[in-house]
Amino acid sequence: MTTTTAPAEIEDAAPLTEKARKRRRDNDTAHWPIALVGWLGSLLLFSPIAYMLLKSFQTETDAASPSPKLVFTPTLDNYRGAFGSGFWAYAGNSLAVAVVSTLVVLLLALPAAYALSVRPVRKSQDTLFFFISTKMMPIAAGIIPIYIVAQRLNLLNTVLVLIILHIGMNLPLAVWMIRSFLQEVPPGVLEAAGLDGASRLRTMRSIILPLVSPGLWSTALLCCVFSWNEYFYAVNLTTTTSTLPLFMQKFLSFGELYTAQVAAVATVVSIPVVILGWICQRSLVRGLLFGAVK
Amino acid sequence: MTIAVPARPALRRREARSRRLPLLPALIITLLLTQIPFVLTVWYSLRNWNLLAGDDSTFAGVANFRATFADGTFWKSIGNTVVLTGGATVAAMLVGLALALTLQKKFPGRGIARTLAITPFFVMPVAVALFWRSAVFDPSFGLLGWLTDLAGLPRVNWLSEQSTLSIVMITSWRWTPFAMLVLLAGLQALPDEQLEAARVDGANWWQQFRRVMLPHLRPFLELTALLLSMNIIQTFGEIALLTAGGPAYGTTNITYYIYLRAFNSFDFGTASAYGLVALVLTIALALPALRLLSGIFQQEGRR
Repeated sequence: MTTTTAPAEIEDAAPLTEKARKRRRDNDTAHWPIALVGWLGSLLLFSPIAYMLLKSFQTETDAASPSPKLVFTPTLDNYRGAFGSGFWAYAGNSLAVAVVSTLVVLLLALPAAYALSVRPVRKSQDTLFFFISTKMMPIAAGIIPIYIVAQRLNLLNTVLVLIILHIGMNLPLAVWMIRSFLQEVPPGVLEAAGLDGASRLRTMRSIILPLVSPGLWSTALLCCVFSWNEYFYAVNLTTTTSTLPLFMQKFLSFGELYTAQVAAVATVVSIPVVILGWICQRSLVRGLLFGAVK
Repeated sequence: MTIAVPARPALRRREARSRRLPLLPALIITLLLTQIPFVLTVWYSLRNWNLLAGDDSTFAGVANFRATFADGTFWKSIGNTVVLTGGATVAAMLVGLALALTLQKKFPGRGIARTLAITPFFVMPVAVALFWRSAVFDPSFGLLGWLTDLAGLPRVNWLSEQSTLSIVMITSWRWTPFAMLVLLAGLQALPDEQLEAARVDGANWWQQFRRVMLPHLRPFLELTALLLSMNIIQTFGEIALLTAGGPAYGTTNITYYIYLRAFNSFDFGTASAYGLVALVLTIALALPALRLLSGIFQQEGRR
């Protein structure tokens, strides 16, 4: 394979590597039965969501038929109805909680991740594992003190209490994700900046931030998804001033006669996070595995 | 040199402090929001505190813990937690592994297939649970009823007769994409040469899977199992909205039982004791997870 080999050997080697390359390509490509199973499995997992989309365009009478109706006259009535009865207030709260808590999380997590990777403190590994260990604690075990403290501080049934708790919920995850992005910054780049006399803040702003900004974005999106879908704190600490999961909850009493309406509302509240999730799916593994696997 | 030596510890201390400074806000907030509640839970668990019996709390000693261990429903909820978590974890892992194996190689539309497959992980769990309640599980209008009809089976009232299976179905559906993503990452870290060598040696597909892929995937499978069970153990929304823990506490897991105790019976003292026992049990589960994760980390460092 080196350039010093005789011409005869190159002729011999060339077809071999070509064959090897072709074999490698074949290994990367699935045979059609596997591809088919892959497609069918994915569609099966998606089918309840597809079914939900289908029902959301039906009238309640069509939706309540004992067998799934595939042929029907689609209607947008359910979507028109979805935005009534306080939807916008809950949606606004959801948006405020997700955006504000995520912003605070990023502001806190970025310096912390820096102190655990670029310019590490002593025992940085232990500190890192402390952050992850908090994600393993059962949330129910701490809910009573949280409720009582929130009550004493007059924070029950406010957006603020959810913002605070979502910060606590997402901060460990963000520290882990951002740390793994920071570790991929080549140390040589930082050294060069230091030699050029750039201050730490300047290095951060003009070198590190541009390099890790895609990672920061996907961390932010993921935090938004978790905040948007969070239910346990919302149901225990808030009632009327709350987020969309609590808006959904009141359909519980409506029963089977409102299947199409529930489908439409469920679709509407899920669309933003599904889109965010699709965008950040690549970083998701890294984030949820706490950077252990690339 | 002689002057520098006494100055050095102070310098080093200042250096350490400046390194620690950016970490502190996040560390303090995490401590405040996640550790203080547990400390307070210990305190409350030693008190007699029922909101219905008046706001005053008195010292109860270990009475709440005695009540906890004597409460048959508490043990039942622990058993349910094990069954629900175990069932959903195993189901999600099996389907997730099968999907990861098929979605690992390139084929037309693989990106779209993957995107569709991970969607259940993102849709709002509360919204989906409500939809499944009437459109999937309902005995007269549900999709499952229609499927059992097609298969010639009798119609089942899923949420009351097969409540455990129903909860396992919806939670494993939500977590299968996650298992798939982790195992896909694991499969992609498998060096091509190993499979290549096995193939040259004439190993068939099953032998390749058993002898090469599975040993390589083992840490990833363990990690998936631990991450899944740690998340599924906290299942709350699906239970609250689909079965309300019933019938006869049949699907009440520990999270839901603490909630019932605290916010339906307003018995904060006992609920705190339940919470503490749950915490200890979870730590027993979380410790091996942490050890495993740090093992993987050290391997990464060595590479």
